[in-house]
Amino acid sequence: MANLKIQSLSLQIESKILCRDLNVQIRENERWGLLGKNGVGKTTLLHALIGQRRTNQGSIQLDGVSVYDLKQRELASKVGILFQQGIEALPATVFETVILGRHPHTQSLLWDDPKDIQIAENALAAFDLDQLKERAVDTLSGGELQRLALAMLLAQTPQLFLLDEPSNHLDVAFQVKLLTVLTNKVADTSASMIMATHDINLAFRFCENIILLLEDGESLVGKSVDVLTEENLSQAYGCHIRSINSGERRLFYPA
Amino acid sequence: MIAQKQILLLSSLIVFSVASIIFSLLSGSVDISATQLAEGIFSTEPSLNAQVLQEIRLPRTLAAFVTGGLLALSGAIMQVLLRNPLADPYILGISGGAAVGALSAILVGATGFWLSNAAFVGALSSIFLVFGIANKFGNWSVTRLLLTGVVVSAGWGAVINILLTTSSTNNVQSMLFWLMGDLSQSRVNPAHYLLLLVGLVGGIFISRSLNVLIRGELLAVSLGVNVQSLRLLLFFSASVFTATAVTVAGSVGFVGLIIPHILRLLGARDHRILIPSCVLLGGSFLVMADSLARTLIAPQQLPVGVVTAVIGVPAFILILRSTIRK
Repeated sequence: MANLKIQSLSLQIESKILCRDLNVQIRENERWGLLGKNGVGKTTLLHALIGQRRTNQGSIQLDGVSVYDLKQRELASKVGILFQQGIEALPATVFETVILGRHPHTQSLLWDDPKDIQIAENALAAFDLDQLKERAVDTLSGGELQRLALAMLLAQTPQLFLLDEPSNHLDVAFQVKLLTVLTNKVADTSASMIMATHDINLAFRFCENIILLLEDGESLVGKSVDVLTEENLSQAYGCHIRSINSGERRLFYPA
Repeated sequence: MIAQKQILLLSSLIVFSVASIIFSLLSGSVDISATQLAEGIFSTEPSLNAQVLQEIRLPRTLAAFVTGGLLALSGAIMQVLLRNPLADPYILGISGGAAVGALSAILVGATGFWLSNAAFVGALSSIFLVFGIANKFGNWSVTRLLLTGVVVSAGWGAVINILLTTSSTNNVQSMLFWLMGDLSQSRVNPAHYLLLLVGLVGGIFISRSLNVLIRGELLAVSLGVNVQSLRLLLFFSASVFTATAVTVAGSVGFVGLIIPHILRLLGARDHRILIPSCVLLGGSFLVMADSLARTLIAPQQLPVGVVTAVIGVPAFILILRSTIRK
């Protein structure tokens, strides 16, 4: 199972420092939320984790090997990412799209392995897309496209799920439903996940751990209950954020 | 998933390819019937039919097939590489470079072998010029490649115009034929077949990665495709296919742009099907076009590039309309 170790990581775009000396260790079965205001570097950090942005300093190791030394295919078989912009509505069927998630694993050159087909179909079913299997992707709604992107990620069967704004294009009911499905799947396979989101409430509900990125490269790392406080969040977002405790839940709102 | 529908498409294309080759062998100024065709083509005795078939029609037909196959293959690859539906084999200036080479050769009175070589050298220099400029700082992006290619193309265009306006009427006639694409002098050798075969097999081999790459660089990377090296491979292989095709037949337009689109509209979006389909339909389309080019206004011949557009445009519009209605 994937064990991700971020050590004294610094990231910079032009002269802007996104994070400085970040240390996080993510083990199997852990769910992490990645929070911070717009432009603070959440997406950049996720892209760095799949080797797509050179780091200034520090290391990112997956099971003891730097992500920059891993073969692209090997990395992709362990780490999967849902991009913020989701997937493009190209002319292809839903099934043709979801099975692309099997790309890093597939062994056969021409024919689709029955095992891959099965995994892809299960992934569609998990997000209630099995009825739309033969539909053209360019006829799907925004919400259906986002579910398809999630299904494709599930079909990739990664050990570490990286999610960039997974609740994009989803209504309130679907946000909770789909994240429940996804986190259950993550738990079923002893995988781990990092979810970048703007929704503090979703992060508190679905993630036990938090990376909160502040301005000027500072960051807070720890348990959700400890990091997600009025004081920390107000500092991170630069506006007053209040919280209400209700049983085990904690709800956040801008004052 | 490779469905039955796509197997059906591939089989019909194989049948169409064979039919187009037979049609091409039967068309021409000497009347040859189907039964005479079979005799003539395998005959070892010198007869008129055997001579026409073996020395004129068959080489020209095969040259057309190989050229069309290479162009369609190159077009499909360029469309993935540049992620642009308007991309065609000539978009990066390869045909412009080849044209300047060929036209200069015509200007100094070269023909045949030297004309081909000049075109090939022109194409190669254009490939390296475009890549060299786009790659100046060690990294290159697809956008910069596209812009460089378009600008270099425009540069070649100016040189071509200078050559055309300053040449004698006689030369201009040959130059225009070359520019529009013309198979009357075309011959292919085993190296050309080998190249087409390598393109076909290699294309099928990487077709899964093409399916992913066409959806964007980031997604391809996240699914385990080594995008930088795949793009290099695509750029240079498509360039070599194009350079070879224009060397054989001049810059035949339309095949490389339209054939991949027609096939996608017919359902071959998966590159495992699209790549072999392009070779088959590109080849047979050019064979048909060339048969018409040499019979429509016989004994005069039309440049094949004119015919590809004349039958390609309505065919494309028809298919576009029929697929939209669904």
